Amino acid sequence: MRILTAARSAGLLAAAATALALPLAASAAEGGGHVTDVSYSFEGPLGTFDQAQLQRGLQVYNEVCSACHGLKFVAFRTLGDATGPGYDDDQVAAMAALYQVADTSDEAMPGDTRTAVASDKFPPNESVGAPDLSLMAKARAGFHGPMGLGISQLVNGIGGPEYIYSILTHYTGETQDVAGVTLYENETMAGGLISMAPPLSDDIVEYADGTPATVEQMAKDVSAFLMWTAEPKLADRKAAGARNFIFVALLAVLLYLTNKKLWANVKKKKAA
Amino acid sequence: MAGIPHEKYEPKTGFEKWVHARLGIGAMIYDTLMIPTPKNLNWMWIWGIILTFCLALQIVTGIVLVMHYTPHVDLAFASVEHIMRDVNGGWLIRYVHMNGASLFFIAVYFHIFRGLYYGSYKAPREITWIIGVLIYLAMMATAFMGYVLPWGQMSFWGATVITNLFSALPLVGQPIVEWLWGGFAVDNPTLNRFFSLHYLLPFVIAGLVAVHIWAFHSTGNNNPTGVEVRRGSIEEAKKDTLPFWPYYVIKDLFALAVVLLVFVVLVFYMPNWLGHPDNYIEANPLSTPAHIVPEWYFLPFYAILRAITFDIWFIDSKLGGVLAMFGSIAVLALAPWLDTSRTRSGRYRPKFKIWFWVFVVDFFVLMWCGGQPAEGLIPTISLIGTIYWFGYFLVILPLLGLVETPKPVPATIEEDFDRMMDEKYAKKSGAAATPAE
Repeated sequence: MRILTAARSAGLLAAAATALALPLAASAAEGGGHVTDVSYSFEGPLGTFDQAQLQRGLQVYNEVCSACHGLKFVAFRTLGDATGPGYDDDQVAAMAALYQVADTSDEAMPGDTRTAVASDKFPPNESVGAPDLSLMAKARAGFHGPMGLGISQLVNGIGGPEYIYSILTHYTGETQDVAGVTLYENETMAGGLISMAPPLSDDIVEYADGTPATVEQMAKDVSAFLMWTAEPKLADRKAAGARNFIFVALLAVLLYLTNKKLWANVKKKKAA
Repeated sequence: MAGIPHEKYEPKTGFEKWVHARLGIGAMIYDTLMIPTPKNLNWMWIWGIILTFCLALQIVTGIVLVMHYTPHVDLAFASVEHIMRDVNGGWLIRYVHMNGASLFFIAVYFHIFRGLYYGSYKAPREITWIIGVLIYLAMMATAFMGYVLPWGQMSFWGATVITNLFSALPLVGQPIVEWLWGGFAVDNPTLNRFFSLHYLLPFVIAGLVAVHIWAFHSTGNNNPTGVEVRRGSIEEAKKDTLPFWPYYVIKDLFALAVVLLVFVVLVFYMPNWLGHPDNYIEANPLSTPAHIVPEWYFLPFYAILRAITFDIWFIDSKLGGVLAMFGSIAVLALAPWLDTSRTRSGRYRPKFKIWFWVFVVDFFVLMWCGGQPAEGLIPTISLIGTIYWFGYFLVILPLLGLVETPKPVPATIEEDFDRMMDEKYAKKSGAAATPAE
């Protein structure tokens, strides 16, 4: 796992340039912006999701995140996607049955709920003002340098899942009271303070596959899962990219040869 | 079509003769495709075809997207997610459309700077140039309104900032803004009219493109020497030109394939790189993003807008910024009359070259400034960049023509082409000789 520090609250270019050059500088709590570069299976041109990791991440979401956050754009049926978590129909139905959704049938009264089925979406959860997580991995950028140009994203990716991982793993353990509200110091959150209490602690979930549930492991799994919720077609897209690239490259070569042959007459005549 | 002498369309088959007697479409297609084109065009002359392709691509993908998109403040964001998740191939169509806008602007900037360097705007091509600037303006309006449609945070706040610019106009400003919004804030009526206009304007652009092509087919293409094609006879013209089909069609298609290769990488491997993460957060009128930045292709003009941080006599800084921003396009449109040099191509203008490349650097500096928060040195750098932008058109171009001694220009396009070929073959034989030594 490579560790980089990217200055998030840019503005001061010098500060940004310096921060990039320092490995894990103590930018820390006063400004936030620390993002750890995590190595995920879905990175790179041939990247795909790690099915076991998505399943573990979903477990973390179900048991921890869903208490406050929703996933309103994600349909339960997509948990069966072959390039996603890849559950079978019975497992998808069982996952859906963990949730209650609004009952909108004719007989229902406003506010009635029913058990979710595969065709439903994860319920929204705005009870405590926590943002919906469906698109969070695309709604945050982890990397901004150099000088705020974002060129480093060409190498590192935009850094959405890294940002989520870093938020979850970079609590300092300190709290501050601001206007009667307890805020938690966090080295990643812009401004250095976040209203979410540290959600993860070692062994807060018990993984079905026996993976040790450290905070780092859970943060990595749930951030990978949230990348999938944000971009469920990622693996399809990258696979299609390779096919398209080869096709267009072949077309370019053929057109290059055609063009060369076509112009050869014109060019030779004049050179003589 | 009128200008350069060339062979006329002769209907051959019975069917062609039958149609030709009733509708001159065969002649029109023939004249358009077989137009005599200077044979010394370099790779900077490919962008017109790339742009035509972009327009077609955006219209086709856009029409498909509209089949699944819902223009309503409560449903727009979710309908885009529906396209991304549930519509077959929807993610591809949407990413192509989204990045297609960027490809369109990359191509148009190459195209515009090509025109500026080789003096393509000069007589007799002023109308081609003016239509081109109008196309560029329509492109900017279309792209701006298109960016509002997904109804993310940047959509909403970008629309708020840009429409608010009109409030800088004295007296009529605020009424105009409310008229644009259809209310007292950016809201559902704004989204609906932007959707309607975003669908309409590309067809206006298509019409303007037809006139743009018509105009330069009337004058003939410019070329790297800026020397006109000889028009004494068909034979003479043929020494300077080649028919567009097949020579330039195949060359341009090859260039298109290479550009598409880069586009494929963008669409399939980094589709959100040129976007802003905040636009994956649904629009929220109660929460303003920390930094509101437009799409990359607007950044130079956004920098000019923000560069005016002081009042000029009775013009306050806000109005000053708006006037500077629109003025920066206006001076571009006036280039044909501001450039006093009789030598058309920058290739033979040693002083002009320097000022031109500084202008290119200025464009990128402004682009960078537009993406930064307006604090520290950024407003000062933006102001210097803005002064150079206007200085280039209003001072440098008029004066250079008077003080500069241009280098000799080749007598004909044929001469330039033969020189290129001589150099090419000299280099080849030279390269072959080197390893032997």
